[in-house]
Amino acid sequence: MKFNRLLCGVASIVGLMAATANAETVKIGVVLTYSGGAAELGEQIDRGMNLFIDQNKDAFGGNEIELIKRDSKHPGGDIAKTAVQELITREKVDLLAGFIFSPNAMASAPVINQAKVPMIIMNAGTAWIPSLSPYIARVSFTMWQSGYPMGEYAAKDLGCKTAAVGFTDYPPGKDSRDAFSTGFEKFGGKIVESLPMGGPREVPDFTPFFQRVKNAKPDCFYIFVPAGNHAVSVVKTFTSLGMDEAGIKLIGPGDITQDTKLQEMPKEAAGMITMHHYSADYKTPANIAFVKAWKAAYGDDTIPDFMGVAGYDGMAAIAHAITAQNGKITADGTMKALAGWTFDSPRGKISIDPETRDIIQDENVHKVVWKDGRLGIEVIGTIPQVKDPCKANAIGKCAE
Amino acid sequence: MNGLENLRARSEAARAYFVARESWRWSEALPWVAAIAAFFVFPDYMALGTQILIAVIFALSLDLILGYAGIITLGHAAYFGAGAYATGMLSAHLGWGEPISAMLFGGLIAGLLGFVSGWVLLRYHGLTLLMLTLATAILLLEASNAAEHWTGGFDGLVGISIWPLFGVFENDLWGKTYYWYALGVLFLCFLCARRIVHSPFGRSLVGIKSNVARMHAVGTPVHFRLVAIYTISAAMAGIAGGLFAESNAYVTLDVLSFARSGAVLIMLVVGGVGRLYGAFLGPVVFLILEDELAKLSPEFWQFGIGLLLVVVVLFFRGGLLGAADALRDRLKRGRRP
Amino acid sequence: MQQALAATISILFDGVAYAMLLFIISVGLSITMGLMGFANLAHGAFAMMGGYALVSLMLTLSVPFLPALALAAVIVAIISIPFERFLYRKLYKSGELDQVLLSIGLVFMTTAAITYLYGPSTVSVPVPDFLTGQIDLGFSTFPTYRIFTIVVGFAMMIALWFGFERTIVGAKIRAAVDNRRMAQSIGIDVDKLFVLAFALGSGMAALGGGLAIEIIGMSPNFALTYLVFFLIVVAVGGLGSIRGAFVAALILGIIDTAGKYLWPDGGAFFIYALTVAILLVKPEGLFGKA
Repeated sequence: MKFNRLLCGVASIVGLMAATANAETVKIGVVLTYSGGAAELGEQIDRGMNLFIDQNKDAFGGNEIELIKRDSKHPGGDIAKTAVQELITREKVDLLAGFIFSPNAMASAPVINQAKVPMIIMNAGTAWIPSLSPYIARVSFTMWQSGYPMGEYAAKDLGCKTAAVGFTDYPPGKDSRDAFSTGFEKFGGKIVESLPMGGPREVPDFTPFFQRVKNAKPDCFYIFVPAGNHAVSVVKTFTSLGMDEAGIKLIGPGDITQDTKLQEMPKEAAGMITMHHYSADYKTPANIAFVKAWKAAYGDDTIPDFMGVAGYDGMAAIAHAITAQNGKITADGTMKALAGWTFDSPRGKISIDPETRDIIQDENVHKVVWKDGRLGIEVIGTIPQVKDPCKANAIGKCAE
Repeated sequence: MNGLENLRARSEAARAYFVARESWRWSEALPWVAAIAAFFVFPDYMALGTQILIAVIFALSLDLILGYAGIITLGHAAYFGAGAYATGMLSAHLGWGEPISAMLFGGLIAGLLGFVSGWVLLRYHGLTLLMLTLATAILLLEASNAAEHWTGGFDGLVGISIWPLFGVFENDLWGKTYYWYALGVLFLCFLCARRIVHSPFGRSLVGIKSNVARMHAVGTPVHFRLVAIYTISAAMAGIAGGLFAESNAYVTLDVLSFARSGAVLIMLVVGGVGRLYGAFLGPVVFLILEDELAKLSPEFWQFGIGLLLVVVVLFFRGGLLGAADALRDRLKRGRRP
Repeated sequence: MQQALAATISILFDGVAYAMLLFIISVGLSITMGLMGFANLAHGAFAMMGGYALVSLMLTLSVPFLPALALAAVIVAIISIPFERFLYRKLYKSGELDQVLLSIGLVFMTTAAITYLYGPSTVSVPVPDFLTGQIDLGFSTFPTYRIFTIVVGFAMMIALWFGFERTIVGAKIRAAVDNRRMAQSIGIDVDKLFVLAFALGSGMAALGGGLAIEIIGMSPNFALTYLVFFLIVVAVGGLGSIRGAFVAALILGIIDTAGKYLWPDGGAFFIYALTVAILLVKPEGLFGKA
């Protein structure tokens, strides 16, 4: 009984050339935040996925794909888990993709494990997520990939002897804090303050937290907050409290200098140093072409950011997995197809580590600059092909 | 002689009226038949069905205090959440996963909380009571967040593992087992609620709602009665919360939120406050519509709910059930010559 | 010692700035609830409308900050009048439940409409240069914008005090708050008074909403997120009392800031515990009439 056809809600059907009689329709369940404060993030990944599909219609081995989308609404995990359950039992999807917030991926892991449905994570960055199930692969990043090298960079290159850490109180925040602190202390730095700054759902008033850091007078202030509204508020509070003049350097993972939010930040954001794997301002031929295609598809005033690229690359990975399995998707088959997969992404060369099912990519040191009348990103250093340091060094939960 | 016969006749009529109200009518079988039928007609929707049943139990608990005793609260989720966390922590920290006892434990803890808070808070009225119920619920939420070690804080309580029901029925992905489990629990809760509502105790609550001064004047122990029904309501909400924790195997701070208190209030009002079956109709209509419509456009959904509330308050005080009754009366009147 | 002093000054300053925002937005709610006894949970929606009106005025119509702030307040005050006339007025005689439900319904509708018109993210306005940066008061530097907010808050308090204590209209409102029937029987047109108070309150809320953009941020969720705080200010301060709203806002702002500063893990707890404690002892609020 196909009631699910009628009651499907937001479903987009992409028709591809059905070249052979063996062509399958592969159903991909997409779980992203499409509403609420984080709606723009969902939109970015969504656009990235669709751009790949539009540009590479023949990458799917002649099979049709159908994207069935569900809104996870907030980082709480409960709605995402229900959505995943629904997608598996009601819509009978072959693959799951998306997952912006770590709690949503974490809550869904037991479900996909039980049902043996592969999950391709396109954002959620807590390092130990792939250990929750053998059917999870990630194409985005881990908090340790950016946090740990940032710790080293801050101690060695930025000359910071002391640092304060501020983080949003949920798994990726704690993960980022651990990553930075481990790296920073390993290279001789001292952490003077480590502050949880409220939850991921509502943007808190950061003033009391920042005020406390300001009074502690660290050399560097490392911050992790969820991308989007939180990041803008962070930079505004930092500048309005005059922390820059007080001699404190604002640093963090690139989540806080996301391309799409950069333009909303005050001019004083210039000078921030972050560690990340992508910016729309990269001048490689691959990226210039990507940004151009993005603007052509979505408007001249739009811009991709690291989430857009994750959606794009994620769909590339899915296409590869579908082609390799001839449209007959199994969890084991998908993981096998993705092990060691490499791709020339707009961010550079990426690959999936066969041991950890996690991404390997270059990490770049970003400096925020004021150039040509707008804020932009300049690359001042590169660390090539970084494997997730948490799993590589078997630290804490990554060791499981 | 005549006067005594009259009196006896009238009290007989009154008794017959109350007995007729209390006895089961054939139409009351409808919701249960529908619930059973849903299992066979919509087998893929059982996970949603289970959540609807849980919401009905929660709404029923609110109806007892709001619809019958007239206690207005913006913090009823405190008891739902207390039950959810109690059940969840029992499994996650103490390893006890027997579903029925764990759920009852949730109800017990919530009931205790209800008793204590009710004893203190129900001495107040109006805006003060509203604020106190709201603040108490938020207090509980913040306390749960601070007690991260126990509750998991923002990350949620993981590690909940519930043993098969009666040692045999595992909670599967499709939620089929739990649908029957929840339906059974709902039936028992409903029997309980129905009994209360038709008892002298229940009648006295309605009296308290309409005219407290008069109830005091006839010597009713008002405060004690209110605390009693509040405790029962909290325990029932806790049972709903326990079921929630078991069916999702995951509890987040949401279970205690103002959003949840508000949602159950809206569902009950839409269905019809003061009618037991209003607690059935409201969540069913609300959650099914949400499942279908919210996907299409979250803004239109939110706008629609807001508009519905305004319309219900201004024109359809009795909610959907009230509107259905009014319609039926209209038709009846139309038929009379 | 230096640390403790610096911490105390920071907490007080930030707390007072936050408190002024809460006061400016909530004082209108206190007056209207004291006057008509209407449990209006939609008050924050007017603050939100003010914030978004400011955004539109500044970004679309290029009105400078200060005039736009005043204009936003006036616009929202005018918009609020039909709300009172056609919706709220119908429920004055109804119980709290109906009033709560109606106002929640209105908040949902407003939130959805604003999300539809402006998108779900937070919004920003370009603050004029003379309000950015820091002011050096010798022992410490303070953000100019927050000093501005504190000044506006105090000015508002003084203006309202003057208006209520020294003018005829103020006396009429105070009379109607104290005893509506009596006021009506001596010929005071309470209905007209209420429209005035409602519009004034909504306008002030809008002003607060506009100011809030740079301090606590403004998004379509603003009305629902901060609803509890406005209610706490009103309930703790006492219905119908300007002084009460001011004091309650100060307590709330400072305690909340102190909680977050001193105990980031769980600081939000204190303000709710304090609210419950105060209401249990003084259910009518600190300055309310018993």
